[in-house]
Amino acid sequence: MADLSINFAGIRSPNPFWLASAPPANSGAQVHRAFEAGWGGAVWKTIGAPVLNVSNRYGAWHHGSQKMLAINNVELISDRPLEINLREIAEVKRAWPDRAVLVSAMVESKPETWHDIIHRIQDTGADGIELNYGCPHGMSERGMGSAVGQVPEYCEQITRWVMEVAKIPVIVKLTPNISDIVMPARAAVAAGANAISLINTLNSIIGVDLDTLEISPNIGGRGGHGGYAGPAVKPIALNMLAALGRDSVVHGSGLPISGMGGITTWRDAAEFLLLGASSLQVCTAVMHYGFRIIEDLCDGLSNWMDEKGFPSIGDVVSKSLYRVSDFKDFDLSFKAVARIDQEKCIRCDLCYVACNDTAHQCIDLIDAQGNVVQPRSYSERDNGKAEAISTRPKVVVREDDCVGCRLCYNVCPVDNCIQMVELPPDQPSVTWDEISRTQRPVTESWSEMEHYRQKHNIHIH
Amino acid sequence: MNRVSLEALLTDPASSAAPGGLRELLPPLTQHEALTESARCLMCYDAPCTHACPTHIDIPRFIKKISTGNLLGSARTILTANLLGATCARVCPVQELCEGACVLGSEHKPIAIGRLQRYAMDHIYGKRIAIFQPAKPTGKKVAVVGAGPAGLTCAGELAKLGHTVTLYEKRDLGGGLSTYGIIVLREPVEVALAEVQMVQRLGVRLETGKEVGVNIDAADLQKDFDAVFVSVGLGNTPQLGIPGEEYILDGLQYIEGSKHQPSQLRVGRNVIVIGAGNTAIDCATIARRLGAERVTMVYRRTENEMTAYPHEYDFVKHEGVTFWFLAQPIKVHHENGLVHALECVRISLAEPDASGRPSPKPIPGSTMLLPADQIVKAIGQHKPTLASLLNLQTESGFIQVDEEFETSCPGIFAGGDCIRARGSASTVMAVEDGKLAARSIHQRLVQNG
Repeated sequence: MADLSINFAGIRSPNPFWLASAPPANSGAQVHRAFEAGWGGAVWKTIGAPVLNVSNRYGAWHHGSQKMLAINNVELISDRPLEINLREIAEVKRAWPDRAVLVSAMVESKPETWHDIIHRIQDTGADGIELNYGCPHGMSERGMGSAVGQVPEYCEQITRWVMEVAKIPVIVKLTPNISDIVMPARAAVAAGANAISLINTLNSIIGVDLDTLEISPNIGGRGGHGGYAGPAVKPIALNMLAALGRDSVVHGSGLPISGMGGITTWRDAAEFLLLGASSLQVCTAVMHYGFRIIEDLCDGLSNWMDEKGFPSIGDVVSKSLYRVSDFKDFDLSFKAVARIDQEKCIRCDLCYVACNDTAHQCIDLIDAQGNVVQPRSYSERDNGKAEAISTRPKVVVREDDCVGCRLCYNVCPVDNCIQMVELPPDQPSVTWDEISRTQRPVTESWSEMEHYRQKHNIHIH
Repeated sequence: MNRVSLEALLTDPASSAAPGGLRELLPPLTQHEALTESARCLMCYDAPCTHACPTHIDIPRFIKKISTGNLLGSARTILTANLLGATCARVCPVQELCEGACVLGSEHKPIAIGRLQRYAMDHIYGKRIAIFQPAKPTGKKVAVVGAGPAGLTCAGELAKLGHTVTLYEKRDLGGGLSTYGIIVLREPVEVALAEVQMVQRLGVRLETGKEVGVNIDAADLQKDFDAVFVSVGLGNTPQLGIPGEEYILDGLQYIEGSKHQPSQLRVGRNVIVIGAGNTAIDCATIARRLGAERVTMVYRRTENEMTAYPHEYDFVKHEGVTFWFLAQPIKVHHENGLVHALECVRISLAEPDASGRPSPKPIPGSTMLLPADQIVKAIGQHKPTLASLLNLQTESGFIQVDEEFETSCPGIFAGGDCIRARGSASTVMAVEDGKLAARSIHQRLVQNG
């Protein structure tokens, strides 16, 4: 069985799954129960400056019958007194020596307040500290959270203050509400942080109530931007994670990265590991289903690792990172076309309409005699299931015209019905970068491009 | 029978005045069920469900509208293609039509199209929302004879276009078989009557108790109107021609009794239903539900030939009805006016007859006696008699029409069961006839200026 334990910047944990700093890790009682359920660690909900909260706090984005594809919140950092939080942190750590207990912190941007909070956290016996530079609402209006995370110089300065007194590992948590995630990460590296975590929540307005015309969630007739998280943000998080892995400064520093942003299942977890995360944090999925989801997170990940022959988490981390590439380095001669498995096809024609209306018009409707037919070519007097089923045309890709856009593959509701089939390339492997270096005019003039295409027999559909 | 308000009935089927066992079988979908089910629809392009629907309702469109909370738009989508969407949502053999063609049916459960349609229809009928308004009057007058599904649809569609429509109905109530011949389990009478009222609100003048050849002169019809649409349905149940037949009850009347005077309907303890079509199934169902201890359906062919749909056969078996196949009634045994048995002869199936089904051949000397204290027959209906009155040409007894639904007599159009020489008669086919005939009639009236 695969070894799921991790050593993240010196913080040990029996599995890579930590509760993210958020409502699920708000109190000792909750973290106790999470550890009983099997969580490897918890990042305590951010402690620091005094706050007052509001209701309603959480909005959610639903789609179809799928609830909470994303959540947004205007909840601030912990509103429980600092002393109580610190006492409970110490109690939890004493009770669970094998689990990772980290504490997220956010205080006013002064060296003495940061020194004070770091000392007090370290006195609890906690295993690590996470610096919350990400909270995008409320705290940022007071010069904390993402107000820090969005300015690399502030990140670096505050992290330096922290590192002056830190005796346990310090993780800098980044906000995604920034143009280039690499910049604050480099600041963390420069300041001597021990690790990086990402992503915090995204600025968002979840919606407007069409009955009352109020912003959702409604707070006394008002509403505003809140932190957006959950399954819907995962692709954004994966991209930012990979961006750090590909940056020579950040990657070169060797700092481990704790990944989060929409992790719901072990499959999501494996993807974060493959793109460079070596510990994983979860919030929204726990807020949706409770602590019990840890069981399948571990079980599924372990079974997948066994199947793939990965003995430990370290063997998975960054395995796919080298494949993340710039467009200019993609092989322009790589060729894939869509092929529809007629046995599996249920004739919903979603691929047809997607291709025909919005892509490259290369799927045909073919009747039983092999003729191309138009949609709705039946008589209005025809009806009945036998007639509808027996005369329904097949959907067939004209492979010569298929550009391999993969839209049909994406809209097909049947697993493995449409395959993107790799075809032998028509021309030797070449990248845009190579063309721009060796045949620069082709990249600057449409007529040169035309010559290039003719020479290489490239047809545009 | 006292009726409750439609609003109350649609919200709470248990408020129906019908006996418990006869109330609408399927409860309305809850909002959550409707949203979950509508979200499951793949929204197929050029969808096979729409192809399979005789009225070609744009089903993915109305279902998506349910999922976005646009129930008004959903109802309009349905009613634009099928004016009797509330009846069809309930009585259509969806397994053979839209749901039978659903692409999810092959590996999963098809979308519950009928029940979703009912959800959208209940929304507007429950709130008394009028979807259509009549157009500016054209001054053209049309007579529609028979207020069943074909007649109601044709009348309603013509009224929408601004024509002045008079709808003649020989019974006391409009709605045809929806009002008199569909068991309440499948459609409450209130729903059928609400559709009649909807058509009346479009400006159609309904005259009940009016029958051509009785108190309407056939010649006057052609004289007083610019066009006539005949949708008289079919006649009574034919005779079996066996001794004691006068003791056999008529299936359609049996059903009508269960709908309109259920407290006065006498149901036997041991009931035999002769026939194995849709009406026979319905008779057997109400007999069981109104207390018959034993109900046997007697049919001269087998389950492979019967005209009832497979889902109806399954349903009625679950109701506890048993079947006696390959038996043909030859005599009713009775004493002092009371039935006590049906004598049948056994049948063997021979080469196909005109209907394409194996012909039943009695086996000599194989008679048997099936005990029964009530016998009901549901073996089809007589052909329409109005054809001869209007001098219309017929095809195997049904009124003959051309592609435009026009009869051999110019200006007289026909649709519904009375023209169904081929294919199986159904409400939704009648609705489509009415819709297409209205289109033809409108074109004719506009052409003639």
